[in-house]
Amino acid sequence: MRDSPGTEQLMFGDYSIGDLSSIFVMQGFAGLILFSVFVLMALGLAIIFGQMGVINMAHGEFMILGAYVTWMTSGFFQNNLPSLFNIYFFVAMALAFVAAASLGILVEWALIRRLYKRPLDTLLATWGLSLILQQTYRSVFGAREVGVELPQWMLGSKQVTDTIEIPINGMFVMCLTVLITLVVSYVLYWSPFGKQVRAVMQNRIMAGAVGINTERVDRYTFGLGCGIAGIAGSAFTMIGSTGPTAGQLYIVDTFLVVVFGGATSLLGTIASAFTISQAQSTLEFFLSGSMAKVLTLLAIVGILMLRPQGLFALKVRK
Amino acid sequence: MGWLMSDNERDKTSGGLESPFRRKLLMGMAALPAMSLLSSPVFGAGPATAAVNTTGLAVTDTEVTVGILHSVTGTMAISETGSVQAEKLAIEQINAMGGVLGRKIKFIQEDGASDWPTFAEKAKKLLVNDKCASVMGCWTSASRKAVLPVFEQYNGMLYYPTFYEGLEQSKNVIYTGQEATQQIIAGLDWVAKEKGAKSFYLLGSDYIWPRTSNKIARKHIENHLKTKVVGEEYFPLGHTQFNSVINKIKLTKPDVIYAIIVGGSNVAFYKQLKAAGIDLSKQTLLTISVTEDEIDGIGGENIAGAFACMKYFQSLDNANNKAFVAAFKKMWGEKTVIGDVTQAAYLGPWLWKATVEKANSFDIDKVAAASAGVEFKGAPEGYVRVHENHHLWSKTRVGKAKLDGQYELIFEAAELVEPDPFPKGYQ
Repeated sequence: MRDSPGTEQLMFGDYSIGDLSSIFVMQGFAGLILFSVFVLMALGLAIIFGQMGVINMAHGEFMILGAYVTWMTSGFFQNNLPSLFNIYFFVAMALAFVAAASLGILVEWALIRRLYKRPLDTLLATWGLSLILQQTYRSVFGAREVGVELPQWMLGSKQVTDTIEIPINGMFVMCLTVLITLVVSYVLYWSPFGKQVRAVMQNRIMAGAVGINTERVDRYTFGLGCGIAGIAGSAFTMIGSTGPTAGQLYIVDTFLVVVFGGATSLLGTIASAFTISQAQSTLEFFLSGSMAKVLTLLAIVGILMLRPQGLFALKVRK
Repeated sequence: MGWLMSDNERDKTSGGLESPFRRKLLMGMAALPAMSLLSSPVFGAGPATAAVNTTGLAVTDTEVTVGILHSVTGTMAISETGSVQAEKLAIEQINAMGGVLGRKIKFIQEDGASDWPTFAEKAKKLLVNDKCASVMGCWTSASRKAVLPVFEQYNGMLYYPTFYEGLEQSKNVIYTGQEATQQIIAGLDWVAKEKGAKSFYLLGSDYIWPRTSNKIARKHIENHLKTKVVGEEYFPLGHTQFNSVINKIKLTKPDVIYAIIVGGSNVAFYKQLKAAGIDLSKQTLLTISVTEDEIDGIGGENIAGAFACMKYFQSLDNANNKAFVAAFKKMWGEKTVIGDVTQAAYLGPWLWKATVEKANSFDIDKVAAASAGVEFKGAPEGYVRVHENHHLWSKTRVGKAKLDGQYELIFEAAELVEPDPFPKGYQ
């Protein structure tokens, strides 16, 4: 018997090498899953913040819109198309994208485009929007959380060896993240639309002068960012809760990832998500949950003090 | 509760006697204050107002005003909605059977908006401006701590429904939920005896209730059960990633996971537990923070097999509870579920009514003094009685979560458990 059974001492001691190595593998996966979750959360915000300089405080609420769409789709399939229930999630994600993107475009048209020259006011306006959306969800769907039912194949874990188990929903989020990151980088860096977006970002006046419809580009960029938030929200119904204020659970981490990564670069977002997630999941394993968070945040504050522009910053002529 | 039905029916028939024309006429004349007396002929037969209200509370010959103070907006609305619903149901039922001392209960509802200073401000409004004879309200300990000085300064009466960490007692508060020892000790004893549990992993959200509860649990596990705690961890409120701690649990292989995680984190925790391959039919998990309300969000398939230690489950098989569940669903919809706190909130108005009638007065001091020993035989959880320390004697129960989101009663304490908000040897 140990005299003080703190968690740290328990990690070692009477465990076999096999036990420890399988935990090592599972812990590696835990870190990768957290990484995927962070990337998925932050992508939409990074696009909007990085490309347009708009700080979208309502990002979490766009995610929850996606989650509610998923919930409604699951209900619809259960009642009307039970035979196709196994694949409803893909339909739900597509619908979540469409719903969140449409709302995003609407918001850009009604609100954001009037505030491009007043960045601090967009902060306030989108924060107000987030409150309005929260209350709307509460009035429409009720204050209680809803449970999204998942098809059987998405539940449980995959038994790799006797002791190593990998959660299926985690794998799903990882694949989804890779896919969406690839699509987004294609759209932003190789497609004609992406060229326009980057042109507008680098020099709005010149982009307008060479014939790019900057207003339209802004609108679709905002829509794209919100749409990705919708997909993220849809995916997170597998791992988290769906309620009117659930978006608030993600917003702090999301901002952290985007700011730490250097807002203008997709690579920066990914690198920062990786750093934060690995730090947090490793610390969580060796210390406790709250302490891990404290240390991670302290480290980020320290690094941002030394490097205020974030990990990766694009050199733009001001 | 057969008498309730008959009262309802009587109301209906007396309403049915009015012709449509007469009803229209009445509506037209409703502006005349005298008419409002005619529309509620049942009330006004109680003792004289001057005798039962000597301190200037909002009591008239026909009406008494109480306050409902919960969050219906903001993050706590998820949890507090059920309490508001239960309190409104109780008030409606009490009114249907003739009110309190012959007076109809009128409620003023205020929104604490999940913000503790707002709670204090609204509490002051209910006591000072509205002169409420009692207030049913608060949910989190933080909101209760915020309103407590207000209730003590302006001498109000608060009926507080949530199970909480204990370490508090006030003349101005009746705690209708369990304090920590009532919820923890019997549950741990049960799991040690029935499951032969020798090692425990304590988890919680990082704030006062889980920390105090786990402190009590640890003392009980180590000093009384003579078994051991192999890990204890807290997560910030709203934490959504539990894979690392789940790996730690897999490594330490505790006999029991003891979880006090609240809010949205709850959903993430159980979904990830299931996804990580921890089978709750083999791994014992005991929680004191998941009621039927929370299972709605978590999903029955993610938590089936877990044990919860509460004093009330919606599935309790007794006549009081059946009538309560039926009335609740009739009022708030077939799909609503009722959790432990919702039931405790339902007790508030009933206990207040019983106390006022025992004291034969609405005066706060007399109600506070008369509270000890007040009993409510119609409680859905069974019989409850108010202790001198203003907490309730009630039974501890253990339920097992089923796929449909309900709990199946597994264990019930033989006797009412005495509330002990300042437990010796546990601090």
